Amino acid sequence: MSRLKLDDLQKIAEHELDFQRAYKYRINVCCSSGCVHLGALKVLKAFEDAVKEFGAEKECKVAKTGCVGTCSVGPVVIVDKVGAVRPRLYQNVTPEKARTIVQDHMILGLPAEEMLYKNEAFFKKQHRLVLRNVGKIDPSRIQDYIAMGGYSAIVKCLATMTPQGVIYEVINSGLRGRGGAGFPTGRKWSMVARTHNSPKYVVANLDEGDPGVFANRTLAEADPHAILEGMLIAAYAIGAEKGYIYARAEYPLAIETLQKAIAQARSMSLIGGNILETPFKFDLELRFGAGAFVAGEETAILASVEGRRAMPRPRPPYPAHSGLWGKPTLIQNVETLANIPIIVQNGGAWFSKVGTPKCTGTKCFSLTGKINNPGLIEVPMGTTLREVVFEIGGGVPDGRTFKAVLVGGPSGGCLPENLLDLPIDYDSLTKVGAIMGSGGIVVIDDQSCMVDTAKFFTDFCVDESCGKCTPCRAGLARVKEIFEGITEGNGKLEDMATLEKSSVYIRDASLCGLGQTAPNPVITTLRYFRDEYVQHIVDKTCRAGKCFRKEKEV
Amino acid sequence: MLKDDNRRVMLEKFMKENDFQESALLEILHKAQELYGYLSKDLLMELSGSLNLPPSHVFGVATFYSFFRFKAPGEHLVTACLGTACYVKGVEEILLAIEREFDFKRGESTADGKLSLFVTRCIGACAMAPNIIVDGEVIGKATKEGVLEHIRLLLGGVTTETR
Repeated sequence: MSRLKLDDLQKIAEHELDFQRAYKYRINVCCSSGCVHLGALKVLKAFEDAVKEFGAEKECKVAKTGCVGTCSVGPVVIVDKVGAVRPRLYQNVTPEKARTIVQDHMILGLPAEEMLYKNEAFFKKQHRLVLRNVGKIDPSRIQDYIAMGGYSAIVKCLATMTPQGVIYEVINSGLRGRGGAGFPTGRKWSMVARTHNSPKYVVANLDEGDPGVFANRTLAEADPHAILEGMLIAAYAIGAEKGYIYARAEYPLAIETLQKAIAQARSMSLIGGNILETPFKFDLELRFGAGAFVAGEETAILASVEGRRAMPRPRPPYPAHSGLWGKPTLIQNVETLANIPIIVQNGGAWFSKVGTPKCTGTKCFSLTGKINNPGLIEVPMGTTLREVVFEIGGGVPDGRTFKAVLVGGPSGGCLPENLLDLPIDYDSLTKVGAIMGSGGIVVIDDQSCMVDTAKFFTDFCVDESCGKCTPCRAGLARVKEIFEGITEGNGKLEDMATLEKSSVYIRDASLCGLGQTAPNPVITTLRYFRDEYVQHIVDKTCRAGKCFRKEKEV
Repeated sequence: MLKDDNRRVMLEKFMKENDFQESALLEILHKAQELYGYLSKDLLMELSGSLNLPPSHVFGVATFYSFFRFKAPGEHLVTACLGTACYVKGVEEILLAIEREFDFKRGESTADGKLSLFVTRCIGACAMAPNIIVDGEVIGKATKEGVLEHIRLLLGGVTTETR
């Protein structure tokens, strides 16, 4: 492909749209990790074969697409008809069903009703900004992204905006970092921009280490160019010429998708030197994690990108002043970056109308555990947990009762039913002892024991503690020992006070976010489910039947 | 280490592509494990020589990250996802059943070297929990009986090639 100039992008978009409109139907087969595990690639092939069999190649375009979020009923297929009000979603599609769908829907014009996904409630309360393109574009084609208005935001920046102007819009949008801590993004950008030192770096954090969370992975698999465009805009705003995407090695499909996207963007001169024939240059490399939860911490990720052990260091100096190789570095979660193009396109004021005044925009959540509709969702900030669990998620399956919801991954908090009306935003979650984290919501029913759950998360944090500071390394190990005592029948009533005291010490004295948040599950289960601890210690019984088991009985 | 081994040549080429930079150490370790299946002591010593880094640094980095293995894995690999969603959905029961049936512990291989059992922290297929990965193939919504049957079938002489 030849080098692009600023106004070429519009032409590509128009050409691509003409090409797409030539087809009456577009059959989008979800080829994200979840659906691929369930055989989506065979379904894709079956659709191609069926379209050929019926001689409908000129009317039907079969394409891959990213995850729409309904992962529990995969493989899912989205059929979009030109001029239709909304696309139709087919669930649990098999290669055999693919032929029936083509015959009924495309040839006879009657959607195969019995195979359609009918759960309107799952999508009703969602608001998709970050996931704007999922299910619509083929992530492996840059043209699809451009046709949806992609890369027009970086064009707008280069053609009409100063770096300060871009930062101004981001500050105006009220966007806060989606990695968990919720630091105002615009403020971070202006800190890096103001630092007089070069070169500067942009690092995109795709080290989604929280077990039970897959929102970032889905984003990277479904819309990789949105992340790249966000990085380009960030680089332009702060004056960086080099960037890294740090991805988990456990996400092979996301890595492959990003590699392809980077190669395409490079071949169209959207990455590299003289981007879009302007003096702006930016180069990008992928770096892989290797299974260390702590590597998501912002100073640890820097160490890992430099090829060292992912161990955090004290701040200040902040990465904004001294990051990669001692140079100013902007670190953002990929979800934050994917918000940037739409903020530049529509303006910060427009973006700030979504969500709550203090927490603008939306947040993606992975909704899992004991829930009827597990999957990936995106809701405006301020949506209540009850809406998420019972309306979007459809409640707890198998006639079981809801017990708790764990928000924010292994270092989040376990919240009981009476806190479900809490609006989801950074500040209200912190108030009740949970964290936003990277957006994991795991629903727990009465078959789970809260003491065992807290022990599971403590085990995780003991494993993942990097060992640099004592409160986290030694403190968590002690907490784990106390849990072992309680769940094996050797608990004492004063253990609860010891747990509480240790938790506070660990929280207050640890060096990084891992240690500071690791006691959250302990603190919240002690606060909201104290009776279960008492029962374990005094009666030596576990209502859920998880504890006090000898290995033989399992 | 065999100098004329093709894998060694490929690893050398990869290091050259990365200019033998210290910052590419993780990528190089990934490549080495991909080629050899695990990181042996000899291999790590050689990498430390090629990259001109102290062995303590290379070993320190490699052992820090749980993705790297230092013992040769068995012929068949079973990995259980121990993410939160899988745990809540009972993956621990499946793990214990595998350990009991084949008489070994997670992180180890069976005495005949046919089977290795590993755990990983979340592969991100949480909506399909619990997940068990057998020789690279993900089994979602796994059940104890289903997984055991699958493994028995594997060990019963059916090789990966003919499957």
